[in-house]
Parts: sequence; structure tokens; C-alpha cells
Amino acid sequence: MKKLLYIIIPLLVICAAIIPFACSKKITGRTDNLPALTPAKTDLDAGAWKPILLTSANEFSVATPIATTTPEYIAQMNEIKSWQASLTDEEKDNVKYWSAGAVLRWNEILRELVAKHNLPPYQNADGTYPFPSANNPLAYPQFPFANPPYAARAYAYVSAAQYDALVAAFYYKKLYNRPAPYKVDATINTLVPQSDLPSYPSEDAVVVGAAVEMLKLLFPGDQDYIQLKAEAHKRARIIAGANVRSDIEAGEALGKAVAQKFVTRARGDRAGAAAGTQTDWTKLETDCIARGEIPWYSLETPKRPPMLPMFGKVKAFLFDSLTAISLRPGPPPLTASTKMKDETEEIYSYIKDDTREHYRIVHYWADGVGTSTPPGHWDAIAAEDFIKKNYSEVRWARNMALLNMSLMDAAIVCWDTKYYYFNPRPSQMNPKIKTLTGVPNFPSYISGHSTFSGAAATILSYLVPDRTTAYDEMAKEASLSRMLAGIHYRADCEVGLETGKKIGNYAVTRAKTDGAGD
Amino acid sequence: MTQCWKACLQYSILLLLLTAGMFTATAQTEFDAIMMKKNNFCAGGMYGYSSWKNYWEGTLKRENLNLGTVSTQMVAFMGNYGLSDKLNILFGVPYVTTKASAGTLHGQNGIQDGSLWLKWMPYEKTIGKGDLSLYAIAGVSAPLSNYVADFLPVSIGLRSKTLSLRAMGDYQVGKFYVTASGTYMFRSNIKIDRDAYYTTEMHYTNEVEMPDVLTFNVRTGYRYKNLIADAFVDNQTTLGGFDITRNNMPFPSNEMNATRLGIYVKYELNAIRGLSLIGTGNYVVAGRNMGQATTISGGLFYILDFNKKKSTSATPKKQTP
Repeated sequence: MKKLLYIIIPLLVICAAIIPFACSKKITGRTDNLPALTPAKTDLDAGAWKPILLTSANEFSVATPIATTTPEYIAQMNEIKSWQASLTDEEKDNVKYWSAGAVLRWNEILRELVAKHNLPPYQNADGTYPFPSANNPLAYPQFPFANPPYAARAYAYVSAAQYDALVAAFYYKKLYNRPAPYKVDATINTLVPQSDLPSYPSEDAVVVGAAVEMLKLLFPGDQDYIQLKAEAHKRARIIAGANVRSDIEAGEALGKAVAQKFVTRARGDRAGAAAGTQTDWTKLETDCIARGEIPWYSLETPKRPPMLPMFGKVKAFLFDSLTAISLRPGPPPLTASTKMKDETEEIYSYIKDDTREHYRIVHYWADGVGTSTPPGHWDAIAAEDFIKKNYSEVRWARNMALLNMSLMDAAIVCWDTKYYYFNPRPSQMNPKIKTLTGVPNFPSYISGHSTFSGAAATILSYLVPDRTTAYDEMAKEASLSRMLAGIHYRADCEVGLETGKKIGNYAVTRAKTDGAGD
Repeated sequence: MTQCWKACLQYSILLLLLTAGMFTATAQTEFDAIMMKKNNFCAGGMYGYSSWKNYWEGTLKRENLNLGTVSTQMVAFMGNYGLSDKLNILFGVPYVTTKASAGTLHGQNGIQDGSLWLKWMPYEKTIGKGDLSLYAIAGVSAPLSNYVADFLPVSIGLRSKTLSLRAMGDYQVGKFYVTASGTYMFRSNIKIDRDAYYTTEMHYTNEVEMPDVLTFNVRTGYRYKNLIADAFVDNQTTLGGFDITRNNMPFPSNEMNATRLGIYVKYELNAIRGLSLIGTGNYVVAGRNMGQATTISGGLFYILDFNKKKSTSATPKKQTP
């Protein structure tokens, strides 16, 4: 015994010395220290790519830039030089942060805003629930409640607006062909990689303009934060010697103008009515009972109205409303059927066998309250692969738009299906089913995670073919995670994956003909 | 022998508080001011039950109808060995089970964090009418199983490896005493199953920065013959971390603070020499990002004497006449 102690005591002393001091606690995110984006090709002809809403790349005009020999331009060059004369570490860090890519960083910011706002409102004293108001976004409950359908739509609009704005920007880049500041004056320092791409209008500022304009609609209570980011981004480009002020101003104005078109679409896409009313909620229940089925009930106390029951009527990006309805899969097993009983029993058996590996899978994919949602998770997966591909900004935006339009349209078809069948969750059918993550407050069939993942894996496999197997495995695991968690039946997951793949294929079809090639 | 029991029992209470707090496994509390005598080994088991219905979401006290009452049961095996009369080594291994009475969340269970402590009494002297003793205590803890930390409030613990440094003083006059201690606990970062999470900003990593914890404990009571009884106040402050936002779920790196009031009683049996019983309870009177838990527990301990000779008594100073 004593000998053992002679070992233990020095160990304790060593631990005491090492634990607090040896390792810094500071954590580093996977994308904190990225190298500057260095596009493998400039995609100078992207002005000819097919936009999403714009009728043509030059629908919004951009003024002819001032000549690089004018005093005005020279003054703008001097602005760069005076910044560069005394750079603080903070400014250098800011340049480094944004140099990783404009579309990437704004996608990350959007994921952050979604996670911050993905919180279900607390009930009123009378057991009803308040709804956030876009007109009073800072009052509780804050606007928005960025739940998965809301988030999917936000990602799609921001990505699509940025893509169209960049298509327009690249059109004018080629048209005006104004060289970057460092091409005009070799004495300009560049803190980011140089490029042959004309710099007017600035692709970064276009991305900023489109994002800021869209986010006024989507996250109206976070304008202070968004504007700070926008200013930092634009300043980073000037400090870096990559753009003069007129590049930035023209880009930002173009981005805002293009985004306005998306804002107008968003105001009329029926998402504003997606929450429904008490009449709608009651009708869903009575219609289901009339069909002879057990209707879905909220498993929360007090019972919370179902999440966005009318979201299935939102206008999709990749297909029309009739196609959306045609993508609705056939019915789930009848609630009184043996098949339903067996599927419920299967889920019960999973939750009784709650191994550590099951928790790993469930929690990795849960993407529930306070997270960037499953669409945000797929954006993160995509972004981390896109980083390795050295895309130009316009290709980044195009690929993100294809992914996020798939995810939004997946949300539409999935939500339409959920409320068409109004199928109960496993824990409603068998209250002994305790779940490994929170039970979402909407009907079971079909699984949102599965539909999102099927759609995402399909379009991403087209965009990054060498990752096809990985995407397929991730989609299957995401889908399975919902069964292991005890919150979905097998039919929900399998049909969800299939339906998602069909939706993803619409994006693939678009990608093949949008002129971007690969 | 009294001292052994106290060492054991108070250590047990420590472990209980370590494990029984709902939102935390870090409720660092007292060691007692009693040393085991050289070559004596005290070992035993504790059972504890803790539950809360209300909790603090940040500073807002609320209930949660989708959790109901969250309860924790703990069984722990622990021991204390006298390396010398002035240096003891202690350990504990708890098994924890959690459950929420309402809602659908799956309860958790598993072996939680093992801990190992060194307790040193460098100073003791009679001052005035009483005896003063001073202690330096260091301990480490680490998860002994791969349990899930990021599933609060039903997680069984937080997974940080910890190093605690504690200074303690005890003063006894006749049958009454007072003990005070302060503890600084270093906590290592943890890894969770998610690869991104939001605190007050987004983090694209599975690593979570865990703030350190400061704890103060003051207890006073009666120590005479077979009986020890005291009351204590305990305060835990997390040095950093963030508040649970409105209607959000708790997170391991929340700022978890609590002030607890408690009592404990220990009785040494006359019938069977070397056997003791303890009972203890505490209640959280103020908190932040933690449940307002009521905890009760009991334990049974026995002393083994590895000395060839008879004496199993501990440091004479605490031996009441």
C-alpha cells in the first residue's frame, strides 16, 4: 500500500503543477485561422451565369467607374496608403478574418444569428404562447424565433441574393475592367493575395450589401451587430489594399439593390402567415380525426401550438407550388395498424438501449434549441469542404445558394407533409418512450432532419463529387439519429431521406444548366 | 476514532455535494478539521438523494413544466488513509442516476468523477481557551466513464478534470468548534458531442472553455464523544461563464453559482467499535443557472487499522474528553 502511495503522491503534485498552467484554456474554432481565399480561377465570365431572380445580370445599372488617373481615384489610393502607414494588430486581425472569404464569413454570421434566436417563446400566464413580432423585434419574445423552417428560408434568401448580386457584379467587373489598386500602383501593399480579377465593383462589398439588406428583414433586432460586421468587412478590404472606396461603394449599392428584389419576394412568399391561427390548428386536428387517425398533440406543457403549420405553402425556389405538392410522399402507416405498432416498438427498443455511441450520434446531429438548426449544420459541413476548393466568391455564392435553396424547399415539402398527415410522435403513441434529445413540437411524418439531409447530400455530392460517400453516410447518420433519439419512426426517416433526395435533384438540374460548369 | 469518522464523513459530504447538485458536479465544500492517524484506513459508502423543481435561468427563478422535478441519486464509495498523523490521502468514486419527472427527456446514469485528495495539517496550537489547527488540501478529479456532459439538466456531471487547492482553519473551544475554508478549483476544458455551439457567441469547435470555481465554506457546531453535529453555509461562485438565456437549455459552461445552508450529524456506535452513521442535508437558498436543490444523504463507515498495535485514535487534539 505504501509503495502505491509513493507513486500517487508525486503524481498528485505533478498534476497540481500541470493542470492549471500547462495548457491554455483558450479555444480555437475550426475556421478562426483560415488562410486567405485564393481562388483557383477568377470566374471572370460569371456575369453570364444564370441568376435566380434577376431578369439579367445588368438589370440594375452600375455607373462607369472613375478613371484611375483622376485626382478622385488618387485620393482613394491615398486612403489605402494612410491606413497602411500605421496598422494596429486589431486591424491586421480584421483583414485576416475577412480574407478567408466574404460568402463564408457572412454565412457564419447568419448561422450565429440563427443559433442566438432559435429559442421557443416561454408561455404566458394563461397557458397560451406569445408570438414574436417583426415590428417589435427586441420585446420578448424576440423576433425571430429562428426555428428550422425559418432558418432554412433565411439561409436560402441570403445565399440566393448574394449569388445574384455577384453575378451582376462580375458582369460589371468584366464590362468596366478596372484593375485592382495594386495593379494601378505597385507601391500599394497588399495584405491579401493579389488577383487578376477587376476590382470594380468590389465582390466583397456586394456580398455585404446583399447580406445587410436581407438581414434587415430577417433579423431586424440585430442591426447594431450586423452593421458593425459590415463596416469591419468593408474597411478590411480597403486596409488590405484590395479595393478603393469607389469599388466598395459601387459594390455595396449593387448588393443592396439586388437584395431588394429578394426582400420583395420574401414579403410575398407566404412565410409571414406560416404560424397559422387557432382556427387552422383546430382544423388540422379535426381533419385528422375525421380521417380516422390519431392526431398529433404537442408533448409540451402547456400544449404549444404546432410550429409553422402553414410553412408548406411558402413559395419554393426550385419548383412551383404544384410540384411542391406532387413531392409530398404517400401516407405513413395508419396509427391503428400493426405496422405503426411495430415501428413504435422498434423506437422503444432503441431508447432502452441508450448506448454512449447512440448519444454521440443523436447529439452530434440534434441541432435543436439554441443551435443553427440542421440547415445551418449542413451549411457548416459544406463550407468546410468549399474552403478546400478555393472557389471564387461568385462560385462560393452559387454553391451555397444551390444548397440553401434545396434546404428551404426541403423544409417546404417536409412541412407540407407533416401537416397534411398530422402524425403523432412516438412518445405520444407510447409515453414510456423517453427521448435522447428534445421532442420537436410538430408532427412526426416525415423527419425534417432526413429531408434536409437527403436534399443537402444530393446537391453537395454533385458539387463536390469526391465527397459523395461521406455526404451519403452523414445523411444516413443524421436520419438514423432521430430514430435512436426516440423522436421519429423508421418510416419518417426513410421516406424523409428519399423525399429530400428528390428535392436535391431539382438543384442538381439547375446547377447543370446555370452556366457555371464545375 | 472520532476523527476518522469525521474525516470520512465530511469527505463523504464533500463528494455528495460534488455530485448531487443538479446543474453541477462542482459544489466544492468542506473538508473537516480532523486527521486520520497513521496507517488507519476508513472506508464506507454514502447514498444521497437530491431534487429540485425550481431553478435559476440566469438570475430569474422559474419552474419548468416540461422537466417537473429533476432528481439525482448518488451512491459513492470513499475512503481515507493516514499516511502520517499529519498527512492523509482520500478518494471517492460516485455512481449517479438522474431523472426528470415530467417531459420526455431520458434520465442518465453512470460512474461519475473519481477524486483523490491530499490533506496536510502543518500547524496546530492551543491559543487562548481553544485549539487552532491549519490545513492545506489539494485534490484532483476526473471522469471515470464516458458519460454525456452536454445534456443538462439530466447530465450526471460536467466532465472537467479538476485541481482544487484549499486552505482551511479550525478552532475548537470545549465542545464547540468552527471551521472555515476557501477553495480554488481549476477546471479543464471539455469536449462535447456537438461540433458547434452558441454561448454569447458562436463557437465552431467541440471544445468548451470551462471557467474556474471559487468556494467558501463555514461550519460550526458541536463535537463531543460519539456525536458531531453542525450547521454550515457554503458558497460556490463560477469565475466566468454565461447565463442561460430565456427558455434556453443549460450548458456546461454556464455561470453556476449557489449558496447552500446545511446540517450534518454523525454518530459513532458503541455497540460495534469502528462503525459510524452519518446523515446530512442541505438546501440551496440562492443560485444562478442552477436548480434550487434539496439534498439529503446518509452513510455508513468503518475503520480498519493497519497498525500492528491497538491504537486507532486520531490526533489527540480533537479527542474530546
